[in-house]
Amino acid sequence: MKKLTAMLLCLAMLFAFAGCGSKDTSSDTKGESKKVLSIDEVEKTVPAKMDKVEKDKFKIGLICLHDENSTYDNNFIQALKEAQKDLGLKDDQVLIKTNIGETDACYTAAAELADAGCNVIFADSFGHESFVMQAAGEYPDVQFCHATGTKAQTAKIPNFHNAFASIYQGRYLAGVAAGMKLNEMIEKGTITADKAVIGYVGAFNYAEVVSGMTSFFLGARSVCESATMKVTYTNSWFDIAKEKEAALNLINSGCVLISQHADSEGAPKACEEKGVPNVAYNISTISMGPNTALISSKIDWAPYFKKIINAALEGDTIPADYCGTISEGYVALTELNEKVAAAGTKEKLEEVKAKLVSGELKVFDTDTFTVEGKKLESYKADVVDTGDFAPDSEVVKDGQFEESTFRSAPYFDIKYIDGISE
Amino acid sequence: MKTNEKHTREPLFHITKRSDIVWWKAWIIRAIAIISALIVCSFVIIALTKYNPIQVYKTMIEGSFGSERKIWILLQNIAMLLCISLAVTPAFKMRFWNLGAEGQVLIGGLASAACMFYFKDSIPNGLLIPIMLVASILGGVIWGVIPAFFKANWGTNESLFTLMMNYVATQPVAFFIMVWVPNGSSVMGVINQMTKSGWLPDLFGKKYLLNIIVVAVVTVIMFVYLKYSKQGYEISVVGESENTARYIGINVKKVIIRTMIISGAVCGLAGFLLVSGTNHTVSTNLAGGMGFTAIMVSWLAKFNPVVMTLTSFLIVFLQRGAGEIATAFRLNESVSDILTGIIIFFIIGCEFFINYRINKRSKKEAE
Repeated sequence: MKKLTAMLLCLAMLFAFAGCGSKDTSSDTKGESKKVLSIDEVEKTVPAKMDKVEKDKFKIGLICLHDENSTYDNNFIQALKEAQKDLGLKDDQVLIKTNIGETDACYTAAAELADAGCNVIFADSFGHESFVMQAAGEYPDVQFCHATGTKAQTAKIPNFHNAFASIYQGRYLAGVAAGMKLNEMIEKGTITADKAVIGYVGAFNYAEVVSGMTSFFLGARSVCESATMKVTYTNSWFDIAKEKEAALNLINSGCVLISQHADSEGAPKACEEKGVPNVAYNISTISMGPNTALISSKIDWAPYFKKIINAALEGDTIPADYCGTISEGYVALTELNEKVAAAGTKEKLEEVKAKLVSGELKVFDTDTFTVEGKKLESYKADVVDTGDFAPDSEVVKDGQFEESTFRSAPYFDIKYIDGISE
Repeated sequence: MKTNEKHTREPLFHITKRSDIVWWKAWIIRAIAIISALIVCSFVIIALTKYNPIQVYKTMIEGSFGSERKIWILLQNIAMLLCISLAVTPAFKMRFWNLGAEGQVLIGGLASAACMFYFKDSIPNGLLIPIMLVASILGGVIWGVIPAFFKANWGTNESLFTLMMNYVATQPVAFFIMVWVPNGSSVMGVINQMTKSGWLPDLFGKKYLLNIIVVAVVTVIMFVYLKYSKQGYEISVVGESENTARYIGINVKKVIIRTMIISGAVCGLAGFLLVSGTNHTVSTNLAGGMGFTAIMVSWLAKFNPVVMTLTSFLIVFLQRGAGEIATAFRLNESVSDILTGIIIFFIIGCEFFINYRINKRSKKEAE
């Protein structure tokens, strides 16, 4: 018993310590970063110019969080294989490491790939970023690229680069297909207009997911005015059971169409079981749900892989932060399932896509949504990622929220616009 | 006549326990097991992938020894697995099934990460690292001693209790990551990447050397403690028979709690090494299943800390090889997991032949 009390005392002391520590440091950081610099004010990274590499000596490495069973990682793996085929590289020039966690394992994987002679190394998960930066610092002659990352343009590591695509355009289009489906249900009398509730299974409540779900919803509402949306977060990128359960719960609570931003087949399979239409992400899920899979939006990474491979072969630079758009083919829709889609969806999608490409239509047009009943006149987002989570840059300009223009990774983090709820 | 015949009939095979086997015979049996495992694996490789098995095995070895860095990674991974295996060993020897190493490591790691996060660079590393070490060990001890306390006083089932504590441990970790990184995807990222405060220093420019040395020292201490100390002897007596222990005047309650304090402390140390010396971050799968793999490492070595260096080498070698095969041959890692499974199956299976003799029915006896 004596020992136990002694231990409890120690613990209490520890917490007291921690308490003091936190107070001290928080006042410190406030003092240091009084002025939060906006993206226009900070000094930007100047990307390194690469030495030209001969084609048969070139190697590229890919680090994946999971393996082909995850729709997200599979999208990267297939894109890299496509780029490999198109550029005529051999298998031993394209090294793929799967199941690399967001830990020191990512750093060692990157270092091993660099040791194996890779000229360019690409990591696919948000949490890989700080480990890739560590490796980039140690291998200045190797180029490191990282998807969905936020730090490259201000980190001043010349051989470290971020990339993403304006996937919100694709989500919007997928939303249009979903809205058409809702309209069809209303017309047929299966549901009344006020029952047009979409269910959304999200992985984490942060900008990338929020931006995707909001653009999807705006797309749906652009054709079906009465649409509303309910969101459930699973707090995991890949959890078949949780995603399935979340989708089933949403369906049971009255959602008539499901979409998701999480990487397993959980939600599509739940929808197929219940006969509820599903809009997916990353890959076509028609094989998982032939009677319910409607369409998927995805980032096509093949153009980016070709871009960085060519940059190495030609001795060019890789941009510090690159955002591919729908007009360059970085954002794509997978095959439309005619069996599920409402009549005229294909034509409508082409029409809307043309408007997005020409720039006539803006996804985050501030006239099309409200936040707490008000139009969004100004919004400061955390574009410069110094780990402070402080909003720094004005992103509402000319009547639209300019997503992915100041930084490739999404920063639309207004948790719920009107019409979306938890 | 018939009844007589029945009386003398014995089965074609029967099994007897070997009391002791000459050491070289045991090693011959183990060698045969590994060779047969490799032969079976070859068939699997040919059937599933059509690759040349020799090539695959070569790649597997390259995965561990292919470059200087790979050797360091191998040593580091062995050190971590060994450290956790050392932690569970005293408890196992006492027949206290500590399945909670995973959780004890996690809480230890969380304590270190918390110190790094809150102190940042406000105090020098020379002070911060000892604080982290103490915090981690304390965290591991608390997580380990709770089930021991209940077992010692009320005879609760320690396997279930420690197992459940693993799941409980993931919750505070998930919670604190959410508090520390409010706008992210539950990924802590590297803590103090710029200042490196709370990071274990590199010895002679080698990133993992300090981890490896610490674990080597712990291995020796644990070996001596279990084999030559009075407390180590008490542990084995309690493990053999609690009644005997009581009879000769050992305070069983005290031994159980004391042993779990040691077990939890070493787990906490492992958590500290994983956060401060390896990952510089914390996540809910910090231990990454090593808490369970450690059980196998410890058992295979019959709770001998020195032999455990060999068994943990074996496991880590197979894991590293599996990853290398997956990359080199573009196979899904599941294929290499199948191979690892076959090899481990044979190795565990061969212990049966070491411990038991199979006797064929001899004709003379049957007559």
